[in-house]
Amino acid sequence: MRVILSILVLIVICLGIVSSLHRIPFGNPETKIGKYCINKGREETGAANIVTSVVVNYRGFDTLGEVTILFLAAIGLGSILTSMSKWSQRKTEPASLILKTGCRFLLPLILLFGAYIFIHGHLSPGGGFQGGAIIASAFLLIYLTFHGKGMNETGSKVTESSSGLIFILLGLIGLAVGNHYFLSNFLPKGQLNDLFSAGIIPLIYIAIGLKVGSELAKVIYNLMEKS
Amino acid sequence: MEFLADYIYYIGAFGLIIIGLLIVLVKHNLIKVIIGLSILDTGINLFLISVGYLKNGTAPIFSRTDLEPGNMVDPVPQALVLTAIVIGVAILALALSLAVKLYKHYGTLDLRKIKEQRW
Repeated sequence: MRVILSILVLIVICLGIVSSLHRIPFGNPETKIGKYCINKGREETGAANIVTSVVVNYRGFDTLGEVTILFLAAIGLGSILTSMSKWSQRKTEPASLILKTGCRFLLPLILLFGAYIFIHGHLSPGGGFQGGAIIASAFLLIYLTFHGKGMNETGSKVTESSSGLIFILLGLIGLAVGNHYFLSNFLPKGQLNDLFSAGIIPLIYIAIGLKVGSELAKVIYNLMEKS
Repeated sequence: MEFLADYIYYIGAFGLIIIGLLIVLVKHNLIKVIIGLSILDTGINLFLISVGYLKNGTAPIFSRTDLEPGNMVDPVPQALVLTAIVIGVAILALALSLAVKLYKHYGTLDLRKIKEQRW
């Protein structure tokens, strides 16, 4: 009975979607804001990657909110999983030689690649969120290889909160110094396609990368150690 | 056939959304419901990306000087999806931790057997 009812509901939703979407032509977006960002983004923010200039500059305040959502989810997961008594220790076999050697060899390279992705976020595809996810995958490799070792919890807390503070402090300095709005770009824009360009965008992306990396590593740590 | 070729990305994205909704509505296992939510999330991300698609367009990155601004896809939905993916991962992890907690409390993940969860 419930299956039939839900299929009926879905058919109604499908009809609504089709009747509203078949008038929208596919393949030529005509949003004015997208055109504006593409045409003016280089002069206004100095970043070659327009997606980055939208994420960090035009929608910087929104990104701060999204980082906060990520922080809240990590905190909630930690508090849910730590409030229960520690489960009986699972039997774990030591990892094989291949995994251990591969981890020792690949770990610095993965960390370096993650750092490259978020430092070059304003020049090439990538940015803080992607680089943070790559850094968290390096921590996942550590947890799979050396059970129970890995992240220093105090260190991850310090990294996470200090990088969040850097984000907010940069915004507040922009409020005081630059164009007098939150997260305004007060540093010199520099040459397009240069590593040291685009003002505060690389600094904010480094902060976001460290924050996302330590938060996702903490999520992995909580899920692997405490559940 | 013309319609199908023009709208194949919308059809795929909404197919994923409908499949996800169907799983959420029909399945009784909590893990399967969470998998359905994840599929729904992916469908919504694909739909947002395909809204900004431009035929034969390039990525909105001025890595070379000969790239034309008029031939670039819409950057705003890409920026939205960029953050939405990471948020989706965090929400998925939170939902899974709640499922772990429920399993330890009730000893089952079947939604019909959890008393306060009946629907």
